[in-house]
Amino acid sequence: MSDSTGPASGPPRGTGPLLKREARLAWGLLLPTLAIVSAVVVLPLLAIFWISFKPIGLADLRPPAPVVRESLRGSGDELRLQYRVRNSSQSEPITGVTLSDSLPDSLSVVTADPRCTFDGADFTCDLGDLDGGGRDEVEIFVALQGDEDTAEEAAEGSDPRMTGRSTNILTNFDFTLENFDRIFSGDEFWGVLGVTLFYTVFGTLGALIFGLFAAMLLNKEFRGQGILRGLYLFPYVAPVIAVAFAWIILFDPFSGSANALLIQMGVTSSSINFFGDRPLALIMVTVFEIWRYFPLSFLFILARMQSIDTDMYEAADMDGASPFQKFWYLSLPQLLGILSVLFLLRFIWTFNKFDDIFLLTGGNAGTRTLTVNVYEQAFAISNIGAGAAVAVVVFCCLVLFSILFFRYVSQEEGL
Amino acid sequence: MSALRFGYVTGPVLGALWLFVLATTLAVLMSFATGDPFRPAGLWSLFWGAALGLGLVALRPGQGIASLAAGVAFVLLAVIGIGPVASGESASTLWKLVGSGALGLATGWSLHVILGRLPGMGALTRHEFEEAVIRFLTGFGYIFFTAIVAIPFYVMVMTSLKNQSELIQNPLDFTIDLSQGWGLFRSYVELFADFNFGSYLWTSFYVSVLTVLLTLAFSIPGAYAVARLRFRGRAAFSRSILLIYMVPMIVLALPIYIAFSMTGLRNTIFGIVLIYPVTTIPVALYMLQGYFRGLPAEVEEAGLMDGLSRLAVIWKITLPLSLPALASVSLYVFMIAWNEFLLAFMLLDDPSKFTLTRGIASLNSSEIPRQHLMAGAVVATVPIMALFLGLERFMTKGLTAGSVKG
Repeated sequence: MSDSTGPASGPPRGTGPLLKREARLAWGLLLPTLAIVSAVVVLPLLAIFWISFKPIGLADLRPPAPVVRESLRGSGDELRLQYRVRNSSQSEPITGVTLSDSLPDSLSVVTADPRCTFDGADFTCDLGDLDGGGRDEVEIFVALQGDEDTAEEAAEGSDPRMTGRSTNILTNFDFTLENFDRIFSGDEFWGVLGVTLFYTVFGTLGALIFGLFAAMLLNKEFRGQGILRGLYLFPYVAPVIAVAFAWIILFDPFSGSANALLIQMGVTSSSINFFGDRPLALIMVTVFEIWRYFPLSFLFILARMQSIDTDMYEAADMDGASPFQKFWYLSLPQLLGILSVLFLLRFIWTFNKFDDIFLLTGGNAGTRTLTVNVYEQAFAISNIGAGAAVAVVVFCCLVLFSILFFRYVSQEEGL
Repeated sequence: MSALRFGYVTGPVLGALWLFVLATTLAVLMSFATGDPFRPAGLWSLFWGAALGLGLVALRPGQGIASLAAGVAFVLLAVIGIGPVASGESASTLWKLVGSGALGLATGWSLHVILGRLPGMGALTRHEFEEAVIRFLTGFGYIFFTAIVAIPFYVMVMTSLKNQSELIQNPLDFTIDLSQGWGLFRSYVELFADFNFGSYLWTSFYVSVLTVLLTLAFSIPGAYAVARLRFRGRAAFSRSILLIYMVPMIVLALPIYIAFSMTGLRNTIFGIVLIYPVTTIPVALYMLQGYFRGLPAEVEEAGLMDGLSRLAVIWKITLPLSLPALASVSLYVFMIAWNEFLLAFMLLDDPSKFTLTRGIASLNSSEIPRQHLMAGAVVATVPIMALFLGLERFMTKGLTAGSVKG
């Protein structure tokens, strides 16, 4: 490096030029990531807070605009160009609407709507304000030179230009607490929260316990271990949509194999609607979550198990420890770190999970979690504002969990 | 617990439980394979299992003798009708006898593995007892996990090869008629010919590859900076990466949907390629910085001493050293992009631009027979599974590299 410090005069203090250059390089390398992540993560997050305070539905996403239809009507003296204008929004007014177009060569003006001013073949009409759902019409009587069809084609071929001002609900400064009021009022919200907590807690614990069990099975060398490990990863690796539909078909109440099997074995006499009955549906989606994510826990736990020193086990053998004692007093304490990390990570991810429940039950039969509620509010009820409000609640929970995560876990595992 | 630690208790109890597990497994297996009604006879299987367990502990026969004896005994019991597996009237006698014989052989052999090292009928040491229990649990675990993983996959594949009316008639009959030859694959042929799946497959493929390339382009410099360079806010940055990884997609999907609707990016592959890498960059950055930290800094310092610039060091030293990590990160990112459903579902409406997952979602209607849906699921699953099994070693390492420290 060329800019090394000069002759030694005591230890260097503060930030040296080398360090500054390194920091500059670091920020340079991070800049693209920072830019794109803030564009797609931070901006949307701010947007969701903004929207959650706005009375906005799915239909309001497109700002109101004047819409025009142009047609050439009548014949001879009655030949006229007709412009029908309407407001695309049923509720919001548009102010200062103007329409401008130009006549084709084959048409010339006879009389025009008084609101229009002509400049050669070009004209502009000032239509004033248009109320919500309002309509207007402009007629220009014209004389024809040449063929009518080509004139019609030429007239309708040139699109008229419309201008107008309207307030866009997304960008104005109308705020309301109605969205939060709506989601917190009534029992629904607490029901949804309860379902979310059940799903998250049991889904997480189940995935951890089954992952631990699977990891212990595979924590020994034998032929076919690689194949078995690959096979056990299937639920995690396969696309969620594929496995969710496989489950739906497997547990179908009318023609599902699981029901047929249970009836044949005499476990039940009539078929069970696994994904349609309360509270079974909630248990089933939780089981699905456990099934789908035990491979992830098992991978992490297995990796940690394989790095445990075998000396300890030999020493324990010498001291006459039994297999369960070795598990309880040696393996488990060694695994506690990774287990707690996994618990918190999986807890957060399960809390955030959307696709699984959405595909399995669509949030019906008492399986609506907070994230499914975001979708339900925003798209099924078409109330984007309420959806955003639920999303804000989800995000606040997430921040809470992250604080816990960083406080209790990070020092231990060095994340 | 200590009351259990006698040969004459442990043997029968484990034997009963084990035969019950095996009989259930065999009944399910034979039902799925032949379509005939088989079921485990609960009490009889417990009883014969206990008897077998007691016999093994008391008489201590060799493994071969135990298997043979159990095999013959189960076939005889099946003939009398009090065997551990019962069957309906329509079940074929041949299958019933073959199944019972196989069950006997398997039970005799595996129960000998579980109980063979017990010293006899008397008191057991804690070691002997716990090891027998662990061997039982291990066997149960293998059967249990293999079953829960394989059954949905088996149902998926077999459903795609049958047709709706056959399936409604007998949902357990997964036998396929091999005489149809290539006709078996007609739902796949229809999927590609009529439902445009060739184009979905191609879209999914190139979207995933582009996502991998873009993710690597952004995350390698970022990860290197976080892992190696000293700057203010490094620790905070490294945490915020993880924090972003935790932000739920549905929260972001809503504003992204609004923004894409307004800018006309909805229904474009460009929009999808724009958004996918952002969901994967934090993961990739996190995994890579963990790996970069593990590389010896001395090698890079030697490069710096020899006059390479930092960027040249990254290109010539760090990257070649971290090829395994790059492979696993690419694989993981590819998997995320390939399996991504939520954004594709919300942002794509135009069937000519569907990705594979979105295409499968469009098959989920009552008018389309379910074998098409399952064929679509198989088409989406098989490539990613094949890729994954081929590169499984990389994957296991890569997934755990970032967060698990020695």
